[in-house]
Amino acid sequence: MPEPRQEPHEPERAVAGTGMGATMDLGTSEAATLEQPPGPDGTNPHERPRSLWTDAWHDLRRNPVFIISALVILFLVVISLWPSLIASGSPLKCDLAKAQEGSQPGHPFGFNGQGCDVYTRTVYGARTSVAVGILATLGVALLGSVLGGLAGFFGGAGDAVLSRITDVFFAIPVVLGGLVLLSVITSNTVWPVIGFIVLLGWPQISRIARGSVITAKQNDYVQAARALGASNSRLLLRHIAPNAIAPVIVVATIALGTYISLEATLSFLGVGLKPPSVSWGIDISAAAPYVRNAPHALLWPSGALAVTVLAFIMLGDAVRDALDPKLR
Amino acid sequence: MGRYVVRRLLQMIPVFIGATLLIFLMVNVMGDPIAGLCGDRECDPATAAQLRHEFGLDQPVWRQYVTYMGNVFTGDFGTAFNGQPVTELMGTAFPVTIRLTVVAIVFEIVVGIVLGVVTGLRRGRPVDTGVLLLTLVVISVPTFVTGLLLQLLLGVKWGWINPAVSSAAPLDELIVPGLVLASVSLAYVTRLTRTSIAENRRSDYVRTAIAKGLPRHRVITRHLLRNSLIPVVTFIGTDIGALMGGAIVTERIFNIHGVGYQLYQGILRQNTQTVVGFVTVLVLVFLVANLVVDLLYAVLDPRIRYA
Repeated sequence: MPEPRQEPHEPERAVAGTGMGATMDLGTSEAATLEQPPGPDGTNPHERPRSLWTDAWHDLRRNPVFIISALVILFLVVISLWPSLIASGSPLKCDLAKAQEGSQPGHPFGFNGQGCDVYTRTVYGARTSVAVGILATLGVALLGSVLGGLAGFFGGAGDAVLSRITDVFFAIPVVLGGLVLLSVITSNTVWPVIGFIVLLGWPQISRIARGSVITAKQNDYVQAARALGASNSRLLLRHIAPNAIAPVIVVATIALGTYISLEATLSFLGVGLKPPSVSWGIDISAAAPYVRNAPHALLWPSGALAVTVLAFIMLGDAVRDALDPKLR
Repeated sequence: MGRYVVRRLLQMIPVFIGATLLIFLMVNVMGDPIAGLCGDRECDPATAAQLRHEFGLDQPVWRQYVTYMGNVFTGDFGTAFNGQPVTELMGTAFPVTIRLTVVAIVFEIVVGIVLGVVTGLRRGRPVDTGVLLLTLVVISVPTFVTGLLLQLLLGVKWGWINPAVSSAAPLDELIVPGLVLASVSLAYVTRLTRTSIAENRRSDYVRTAIAKGLPRHRVITRHLLRNSLIPVVTFIGTDIGALMGGAIVTERIFNIHGVGYQLYQGILRQNTQTVVGFVTVLVLVFLVANLVVDLLYAVLDPRIRYA
């Protein structure tokens, strides 16, 4: 189940789990200021020191994985904004007489069990997935990094309470929570699904943000700024946030892919979006009983879903490689 | 060590209460549990009030929660609304899901670690790149898609397996569902082992072992693997809870009558007692597995001492 993965989560552990992406501790500040290798093309090392972000961008532009996944994502965003660009019909126009028929001119993917054009429905299904993925990630990242950042910065009782609350959320299986909460909701829009993902997803980001704020606030320049009389809000926004945000961005990008797959899973189980909404999860669920006669109705939306999730996870992987100075 | 265990056990209490309370509240939002009891018609008000009183549903939510938890700790998980005790449902459902989880974990351990060792030792070679790409694909394809595809190919097209698992759910019928359930974690275990092996391969003790003239397989199994498996054990331990909770999708696809099936039915039929009871047990399993992993840590890595 590609639900948002739970990180090995004990602060007491002496050895951090490696390779899981989220437990990374990016030594961002050091890497950004100390490493100034002269550019490979002979650039002047006396120029303005390259920041972590320019370094990362420099790496990303040359990474084929990043380019491919970014192009796929760009394509998905464009067709979710204007699906009529490549699909002329309506996804809700179905003709029962054509039910389960295979590919034919004008209908490259054939027809599903209700005689709807699989190609049109697959194209229109992108909108749901992309909308849920992007909006849910924005919500999770905002809520999680604000709560986690404040807890990490101020510490104390609030921090302890927040840590226990995140523990509670980690103990509840995600799909199960979705089934329970969404099974009563009758509204057939993407908003309940997004709300649910934000509700159960923020602890993951909050934990990452808390850890990276705690690392960043111990840096000398933060102490120096504090000694010069900078206010808490100035410390947080000007000094800590820019150096603590990288891990949040990485985890959020990878999580975006898993949220898309979570929406499809919930729709597949019948509690996410419901017909007549168009979603890959709904189409896959509807095609499953006819799979003997019309496997194409199952395969196309499944393939689209898999490629979309893969694109976001690969993008997250590439961004992590670029932002993690330890892998340089 | 003893003090550490006590502290961890005490820390588990608020998490347990919080998680069960949260699910209790969620289930209470689920709608009217009485509605399903009078068949298709609506209950007449007097009967509804009588039923509500009988089930204690006229009490405030926190009272219901306290009463319920009090009962749970005396081993009484209540009765499902069809009159069957929830413990009886658990008695039939949990063995099936535990078998499924065991199959999944065996896959994770055997296949995941072997692939991880092979790729970690051959970093950058074609085998490594191929397996790495494969894990990325497995992580990306949602479990229900993997499940449906394997069911279509192995069950329907080639007829190697029975597409649906019988109600007894013997081990051999659970192999493919177990693989599906394990797939995503399997990919994570592979990647984790690979990173860990590749990191430790450059360490001093491995160089020493090689310099001593130990045979290659002994260096790998005794020195390299033992030290590299620590993060993997952590991951697999925390995964047990996730697997049991995540079995809903797999059990639905292969029609396995385990915990996920009962929970799904309970949620669809708004069967409060079933849902809360099963979730309570799942949360407990998750917490205990986490504790065991933390303790195992000290056993595997003597450098770690719990004060």
